[in-house]
Amino acid sequence: MELRIAILLGAPLLPIVIGLALRQPRASEYLNLLASLMVLAVGLPLPFTIEAPQELLHGYLLLDPLGAWVVMCVAIVYALSSIYAIGYMRHDEAGERRLPAFYALQAGFALSMLFAPLVNSIGVYWIAIELTTLVSTFLVGFEQTPESMEAAWKYIIVVSAGISLALLGTALLYWGGSFVLGETYSLTWQSLTQVAPKMPPVLLKLGFLLTLIGYGTKVGLAPMHTWLPDAHSEGPAPVSAMLSGALLNTAMLGIVRFLAATDAAGQSLLPRTALVALGVLSLLVGAFFIVRQHQIKRLMAYSSIEHMGVLALGFGFGGPLGIAGALYHMLNHSLCKPLLFFGAGNAMHRYHSKRIEDLRDILKIFPISGWLWLCGAIAITGAPPFGLFLSEITILRAGWASPNLWAAIAMLVLLIIIFIAFLNHFRTMYLGAPLDKPVAAEPSGTAWRVWPIALALAPLLILGVWWPAAWMALFQRIAATLGASP
Amino acid sequence: MPMLAAHLDPLAASLFSLLAIASLLLAFVMLGSRWLKDYMFAFGAQSWLIGILSALIGYYGGYRELYVVAALTVLFRGLVLPWLILRILRQMPAQREVHEIVSPASSLIIGAALVIFALLVAIHVTESLGLNSNVVVLALTVMFSMKLIGFQMLTLRHEAISHILGILILENGIFLGSQILVPGMPLMIELVLLFDLLVAVACFGVLVRYLLTHIGTTSSRELRRLTG
Repeated sequence: MELRIAILLGAPLLPIVIGLALRQPRASEYLNLLASLMVLAVGLPLPFTIEAPQELLHGYLLLDPLGAWVVMCVAIVYALSSIYAIGYMRHDEAGERRLPAFYALQAGFALSMLFAPLVNSIGVYWIAIELTTLVSTFLVGFEQTPESMEAAWKYIIVVSAGISLALLGTALLYWGGSFVLGETYSLTWQSLTQVAPKMPPVLLKLGFLLTLIGYGTKVGLAPMHTWLPDAHSEGPAPVSAMLSGALLNTAMLGIVRFLAATDAAGQSLLPRTALVALGVLSLLVGAFFIVRQHQIKRLMAYSSIEHMGVLALGFGFGGPLGIAGALYHMLNHSLCKPLLFFGAGNAMHRYHSKRIEDLRDILKIFPISGWLWLCGAIAITGAPPFGLFLSEITILRAGWASPNLWAAIAMLVLLIIIFIAFLNHFRTMYLGAPLDKPVAAEPSGTAWRVWPIALALAPLLILGVWWPAAWMALFQRIAATLGASP
Repeated sequence: MPMLAAHLDPLAASLFSLLAIASLLLAFVMLGSRWLKDYMFAFGAQSWLIGILSALIGYYGGYRELYVVAALTVLFRGLVLPWLILRILRQMPAQREVHEIVSPASSLIIGAALVIFALLVAIHVTESLGLNSNVVVLALTVMFSMKLIGFQMLTLRHEAISHILGILILENGIFLGSQILVPGMPLMIELVLLFDLLVAVACFGVLVRYLLTHIGTTSSRELRRLTG
């Protein structure tokens, strides 16, 4: 087990250390690809091999099925983005020289996201999440246009300010624990769950609400989502994919674990209601901005806000069904969102525009990847036969049985609105009248830009028609560690 | 369970209170000034006070590791961070807030209202905990109100430096409060937090330079290309 963790956290160092030492664009590309494939090889089977939570490295690391599930999602997105980046980032002479720095940052970003789900101490988790921000800011601003600098600045300020609330919440929870465990102890996820029932309820609730707002900012839950559309739309496409598909999950993990602690204390009514309310609000904001969106990557970004809302609802409804649906949804979203951002990146390269109005005749320009992108768009709206349909239905079923029936109804209505609005934008792009504008010549390296789309779509389709039985057992195990018994 | 802040001898209690209130007053210095340099000096002074507070808590509570924290607080927050900020400040064209949403006088009044709100929350929390300690109320009040004042700086000021210092005040508030309330917090966490802050400010510095070269301003008034 230690070896696998070592590979997981050691492989991304390759493009950072060796890549920066060599300063060879090609070497960095392939080193990063190699690192991401090593991470994928270890990360993919990880959740299925852990029976019970175990502490590693003198209790500094915690390996539990839930954390491993998030690690798996990060590994998948990192691998897909690394393949795609090779095709996307090769531009020109000036850009070439900055490639080693890009891949070092990308690997560092992946490393911070692989680290965060594995840390045991709540304080260190906060630091890991803060590190993800600091690294990815420079990825968001990597293209150094005025727009991307603006996005990077808003990103770091809004998220740092938001996440400082989570630090306040953590300090209050630590204080609450000190009434039980004494002044000096180490606050880990497991000790939090154990100590929560004996903690003064006022500190537990206040602590949870502050961490919910804090990490919710990082997850992109409305109304703390304001950084998200800017950062997702102005970063290079592989970065947008990692932000959306991987980063948001690692912060959601913290909220879920804090929620489990309030569950254990029997104080979960207020926390659950707050989480569900934020989920519905995210869906609402997502729906509004998807309807009136003009920019292709911002469309995808608001869709991320929507799906984080769905996740919040899944975990907020709770119970074995809600948790299973939310976990399944997390994986499906991590597969689907990179696909969409890759397609958008391809289109932007050819049309030199981010505006949906300028993207026409997609199927003529992209005979193969155009179809794949369309399938991805159908998948993300939750239509069958793709995985997101199954997971959203499961979350809806959980909501129907929960006290928050109103939220389930709101979710259903908003999902239908988003389905119509999202696909309407794709109708314009695929079937709208041609604009007779010249399109840029196809850059080389098409395979690097098309294969990751296909590689993401295939499992989405499989997961849509076949929910592996062994996974249900895994989800039950995770639900059990979160205190939800069948 | 003995909690340090609830069982203090009178001298220690008054020293802690004095330092906490002085830190809060320094936050008001930032609200009342237009000059970016004043913000930096206020932050530096505040960090020194927090360092002294750490050392005192270490002395009265018998936490030896807090002496290390105190020394590092003074070194990092009191010297290195202000120096870093001064370096960022030298590159900037604007040395003061030019476009005010609210005047410093109104900022001070809003800040006072926020402190009263924080005090009410703190009293409520302390009462529901069944504690009867002025130091606890004060620590919570300062913690919450510095949080709110930090957010006030973030929302009502335009300059990049004001935003950076707003975030630093947010963290100073937490640091101050948690030193009094949970002095036993593991040393490693506090050290990593200090380090993390240093990295954060370094990142801010790099970004400010990028903002200048690529946008030509450090005022968030000009950051309005991305909407919708």
